Amino acid sequence: MKKRQKNYSLILGASIAIFMLLLLLIGTFYTPYDPDAMDAGAKFAAPSLAHIFGCDHFGRDVFSRVLKGTGNTFFVASLTILLGGGIGILTGAFTGYFGGWIDEILMRINDVVVSFPNILLALVFISILGPGKNNVIFALAIVFIPSFARITRSEFLRQREMDYVKSARLMGVPHLRIMFVHIFPNVLPSIFSMAAIGFNNAVLAEAGMSYLGIGVQPPDASLGRMLSEAQTYLMKAPWAAVFPGIAVILLALGFSLLSDGLLKKGGK
Amino acid sequence: MKYVIKKIGTLIITLLIVSFLSFLAFSIIPGDAARSKLGTEATEEQVRALQKELGLDKPVLVQYGIWLKNFVTGDMGESYSYSMPVSEMLKNKIPITIALTIMAFVIILLVSVPVGIFTAQHVGKKLDHIIMILNQVIMSVPGFFIGILITYIFGLILRWFTPGAYVSISENFWGFLRYLIAPAIAIALPRCAMGVKMLRNSVISQMEMDYVRTASARGNGKQRIMYRHVLKNAIIPVITFWGMTIADIVANSIIIEQVFTIPGMGSLLVTSISNRDYPVVQGIIVLVAALVVVINFVVDLLYGKIDPRISLR
Repeated sequence: MKKRQKNYSLILGASIAIFMLLLLLIGTFYTPYDPDAMDAGAKFAAPSLAHIFGCDHFGRDVFSRVLKGTGNTFFVASLTILLGGGIGILTGAFTGYFGGWIDEILMRINDVVVSFPNILLALVFISILGPGKNNVIFALAIVFIPSFARITRSEFLRQREMDYVKSARLMGVPHLRIMFVHIFPNVLPSIFSMAAIGFNNAVLAEAGMSYLGIGVQPPDASLGRMLSEAQTYLMKAPWAAVFPGIAVILLALGFSLLSDGLLKKGGK
Repeated sequence: MKYVIKKIGTLIITLLIVSFLSFLAFSIIPGDAARSKLGTEATEEQVRALQKELGLDKPVLVQYGIWLKNFVTGDMGESYSYSMPVSEMLKNKIPITIALTIMAFVIILLVSVPVGIFTAQHVGKKLDHIIMILNQVIMSVPGFFIGILITYIFGLILRWFTPGAYVSISENFWGFLRYLIAPAIAIALPRCAMGVKMLRNSVISQMEMDYVRTASARGNGKQRIMYRHVLKNAIIPVITFWGMTIADIVANSIIIEQVFTIPGMGSLLVTSISNRDYPVVQGIIVLVAALVVVINFVVDLLYGKIDPRISLR
């Protein structure tokens, strides 16, 4: 007998994620300073009561910029997951449920694509599409399709053989209804967990691309870009690098813990 | 043997598919090579003549054949912005990236294997909890942020190395390796954490198997069971992870090279993307893609060696 343990990953992950979401919500309506306003007097100001995270090399308030940057990173990551995950789940659902030669071919392609690192594939698309926020979303979404498709497919493949599906089929329930009303709720736990880990990857990838200067373009604040700018002045204003870095970590950590917790809850 | 031949077949087909896809991706880019080479002043005839010279008037498959033949013989085309053969530009960059990758990979192996085994042997103990929490946090830290932290703490405050003072390989080999230690650690740390988690889970799931109980009932010691029996089985899924890790390191070195201003393939790729220097981008992407495919091939072969059941399928 296994002792039932409290699902700490789920609790902690959800708390961090909710905390970041709250920050983000506040950030969309209110920031203590204009995130782009430069104040020559506050150049490299250390964290204080007026600027709790200090100021950067233009005298911009780091806290306001972290709020806005978190918003941008979150926006890119969620759209990526919605777009890539949505297409991936649909593809996986249909190929897993119906099988056949289309499934064979798609999965062979999938196998090849999945073995490539995210960032590299995204860079290929960026180099074709050109830099920018929308292109990053698009590139990352394409990159994320295969992993979603693969897991959804294997789930549908497994569920298809189950008795409840067979009996529904015998009762004459149409395929589409079986897929989305009968099977879909059963695969939701793994889809949620997949979405959470995908979100984690998307956050890290977005931060990396913005750091390289090919993601979110200025004047939009982005965590990755703040890090690359702050790096030049690391000695004078380490806080301008540390706080955006912590924001990235919290965003990624919250959702990776959430994914772990959901997996545990699903009993796997 | 049949297994090896089958795998070699898959390797060749995958390489062809991957190279064709990357060729296709760069040939559907709006604007054609002849025009961008000649500039906006060129007349229609000049453009057409150059198109003919570059073979751009031929069907895509023929173009691909020519390109592939050139690529295999080491002719990767000419950079738009530097008017230099791409192979020439890459020649000095490849050793840097390879050295960085090997160093990072060795660090990952040296750290994640012992720590993974240790935590699996002490599941539920306090130290295991601490390591696993630490692990979870490290996994969520982007490598370039670790790089920045290392630069700040060990470079600027402790002054163990000078950030940005890259030493080229021809200048001083040991200095070159020394400078790569910090970036290698920055790349390796998040992957060490993943490796520990993978190995730990794998060992734990093996420990529940019947053969472990049997071995223990026959009077084998814990250490002997771990190293003689469990690890052999537990390592199989981890090998896949290691294979993917190598590809991942190469991809992430693109970012880490920027952090530590190392003039490797990554920096070249990023500048080439901004300059829309497609031959260079294509050359690097195809090289890395080929590397990924070959690594997967090696992993498959290793699989067959470690678990003979696989090669019978």
